[in-house]
Amino acid sequence: MTDKPVLKKKDFESDQAVRWCPGCGDYAILAQTQKVFPEITTDKEKVVFVSGIGCSSRFPYYMNTYGFHTIHGRAPTVASGLKIANPDLSVWLVTGDGDGFSIGGNHMIHLLRRNINLNVMLFNNRIYGLTKGQYSPTSEQGKVTYSTPMGSLDYPFNPTKLALGAKGAFIAKTIDRDLQHLQSMIKRANDHRGTSFIEIYQNCNIFNDGAFSELTDKETKSDRVLKVEHGEPMIFGAENNKGIYLDGTTPKVVTVGEKFSIDDILVHDETDEFIGDMLSNFTASDTFPEPLGVLYCVERPTYDDLMVDQMNEAKKNTKGPKSVNDLLNAGDTWEVK
Amino acid sequence: MTKSVSNKTIDNVTIRFAGDSGDGMQLSGGRFTQTSAVVGNDLSTLPDFPAEIRAPAGSLAGVSSFQIHFSSQEIHTPGERPDVLVAMNPAALKVHLKDLIPGGTLIVNKNAFTKKNLSLAGYDNDPTEDGSLVDYYSTHFIEMGKLVTLACEGIDIPSKMVDRTKNLCALGVLFWMYDRPLKPTIDWLNQKFKSKPDIIEANVRALNAGYNYGDTAEIFTTRYIVEKAKLPEGKYRNMNGTLASCLGILTAAEKSKLDITFAGYPITPASNILHTLSNWKKFGIKTYQAEDEIAGIGAALGASYGGSLGITASSGPGIALKTEFMGLAIMTELPLVIINVQRGGPSTGLPTKTEQSDLFQAVYGRNGEAPIPVLAPTTPGDCFHAAYEACRIAVKYMTPIIVLSDGYLVNGSEPWLIPNPDNLESFDVEFAKVEDAEGFLPYKRNEKTLARSWAIPGTKGLEHRIGGLEKQDITGNVNYDSDNHQKMVEIRSQKVANIANEIPPTEIFGESKGDILILSWGSGHGASRAATESLLSENIKVGHASIKWISPLPSDLGSILKNYNKVLIPEVNTGQFRQIIRAEYLIDAVGLNEVQGKPLGASKIVEKVKDLIND
Repeated sequence: MTDKPVLKKKDFESDQAVRWCPGCGDYAILAQTQKVFPEITTDKEKVVFVSGIGCSSRFPYYMNTYGFHTIHGRAPTVASGLKIANPDLSVWLVTGDGDGFSIGGNHMIHLLRRNINLNVMLFNNRIYGLTKGQYSPTSEQGKVTYSTPMGSLDYPFNPTKLALGAKGAFIAKTIDRDLQHLQSMIKRANDHRGTSFIEIYQNCNIFNDGAFSELTDKETKSDRVLKVEHGEPMIFGAENNKGIYLDGTTPKVVTVGEKFSIDDILVHDETDEFIGDMLSNFTASDTFPEPLGVLYCVERPTYDDLMVDQMNEAKKNTKGPKSVNDLLNAGDTWEVK
Repeated sequence: MTKSVSNKTIDNVTIRFAGDSGDGMQLSGGRFTQTSAVVGNDLSTLPDFPAEIRAPAGSLAGVSSFQIHFSSQEIHTPGERPDVLVAMNPAALKVHLKDLIPGGTLIVNKNAFTKKNLSLAGYDNDPTEDGSLVDYYSTHFIEMGKLVTLACEGIDIPSKMVDRTKNLCALGVLFWMYDRPLKPTIDWLNQKFKSKPDIIEANVRALNAGYNYGDTAEIFTTRYIVEKAKLPEGKYRNMNGTLASCLGILTAAEKSKLDITFAGYPITPASNILHTLSNWKKFGIKTYQAEDEIAGIGAALGASYGGSLGITASSGPGIALKTEFMGLAIMTELPLVIINVQRGGPSTGLPTKTEQSDLFQAVYGRNGEAPIPVLAPTTPGDCFHAAYEACRIAVKYMTPIIVLSDGYLVNGSEPWLIPNPDNLESFDVEFAKVEDAEGFLPYKRNEKTLARSWAIPGTKGLEHRIGGLEKQDITGNVNYDSDNHQKMVEIRSQKVANIANEIPPTEIFGESKGDILILSWGSGHGASRAATESLLSENIKVGHASIKWISPLPSDLGSILKNYNKVLIPEVNTGQFRQIIRAEYLIDAVGLNEVQGKPLGASKIVEKVKDLIND
């Protein structure tokens, strides 16, 4: 361990007044982040929060680290450039469903594809909050909002599935109300080398209240939420007796103790893309529980590491011009006297 | 029997090589240029190629050309109408013949004048047969296809490859006509096709075949000598605007000890900047091909935030996409260099042709009160100085800056006096330090420049937040107060205005007062200077001021304009700089405006000045 003084939650709180609506899920996410960061780092000055535009994107103002509140949808581009310029930094990207997957969808998929070593916290409340309540690309079809009085016509994105399709190497999902789980996902993202993508279900109590209530209400959550952990069987339910059984390649929800024993239940393997894809699909289905946890995680060389390697390789090359002056004077030259 | 050849010394020549896109005309032109540079001529070039990579062979749309103007005197433009036209096929002849001066030299590849090619070019009769050319031009119909086939006998390469060497044959003929050495081209071929000895052999034989044809064919009776030009003393090389821009960036990195991160997206005609810099990782330059234009500038800005100097380059349509980020760079007061290699617009427009029509976009094209310094290089070689200066100013004033070059500048070339980096303006960078942590205020300013400090992530104790929301003066905290907003708008504007202190006094060429001032900006320099020289030689009293700094304008410009009765502004747009000058100085400036995808010709400016005098 380092002998640097251990930081406290307070060290990560900025002096700016937090201006989200009372009751907003963002408060919980901010508090858990501030709480978990002392466990993540002793070098606060190396932490940078980068965001786009939207309610979630105000986040950097409240973290007493370096922070850059950029423009709508474009935070991944700034974060990428920052990390390329200085691979030593711990870069955290905070975005929302509109910022990250509507106006910034293109940047998000390319960030995941490149696998730049930074962390994405996507606050998904399935609505536009800051512009006051239009449907978002993760809103369910038929959503009635100010801009869709007769219901929205488009089908929503499934963020984790999209991230997987974009070659994301770390894909996790958590929820604002489950404080411990949220903290553990932030830690896992931090530990992973590469683009770490966490989708955080976040309640907007003004424009989309209760969007995730089934996953948080005492009466329903046990039956609706599947906490996945690497190497553990996929068990859930109030009685802890429901599980995911793989019938060939088709997942099914079964009850343990009747026809099936615990040994028949599928064991989570984070490194298995098939399982990651299967779990992502659960989100769009009423039959399956909502999976929370690390859905998929593999090690893959990061863009920034590969870039550093290339730079070093190029510097070893002794052929051609050796200095800027050589380059200025390269090619056919002649003297005028 | 020896052929009798007379040598004739002339001042300057303009040659245009024209052929199908696949005929290698850019290569012939490029080699002729390099050789003319090495023999010490002054020169200026203008490549012109279609937007399509391979338009149908033999079609009018597929014609590609390269013009070089070379001289024993100092010259400023690639010339207007060529003295010599090389037409490798009927389509090239059809497109370019109208420009050849009356009595000019016409060299044609006779073998390409087949029925099919003639019909593709829209000729009913073969102009090399029907006598329509010989009366008007000094014509040389050479069977280049046949010459290279004979020359390459015995080399084991496909006949298609042999046929491709005819551009070297044409080049050989011209090298003979203008008494140029073959060695630089042979050295270059040996270097380029290192591992392909057969290809080298074929090309060298084709080059010699053309040269020897000139030497032996009775039709060529005169060789033209263009002596060395009397340029200022020093070491020279031939330089195009792309390479010059990149060398300017690299020199800025070297002098400032800053890391450079270049992030861009492919677009004609700016992509070559990305290509060139991508080869310079050895010198610490990081390049990043982003997913789109927005990501290019976003990554560059992110890099600047991280303590690199972020640079992006594009052309008009790409610049349009980048504008929101320019606003963020203005608000967050981070250094950022944006190079716009202008091309014909609007929209996709004329991707491979030049224009100066993004001036308003550069100066005004953003939401809000969003001042950005704008710097326009004047010649291909000047792109070096513009790039260096842009990097320096961006950092010194903590501001985004736009460099407005264009297709003509980046693809054109000229002899370039190699600069000594030691003689360039010093470029020191100071980041905010750990020691500044006590009471650190991110938007506190340097009193002289009004620049804020550059406090980069990783520096202990300087943790702070920036963003696109209005900043409170000094603290940089988010602030919506009306008086503060007024003040910040004024500060940002004053900061850019202060850059005028960096601009050297405007040089006037020719008459420093009198009837007419020709006022050019950016690449308008060459034609305006050539026109001024021509007018002065006719004893017509004019002055020429060449403007590089568009925003801010040089502080002496207002008083200069007052010294003339009339101000003529030639530009390749419908009068954008003229509007700025009129608005800024309340003078009735006159325009000379042409938007034809090519630089203005000096002769048009001469004519216009004469018209104005006779008014």
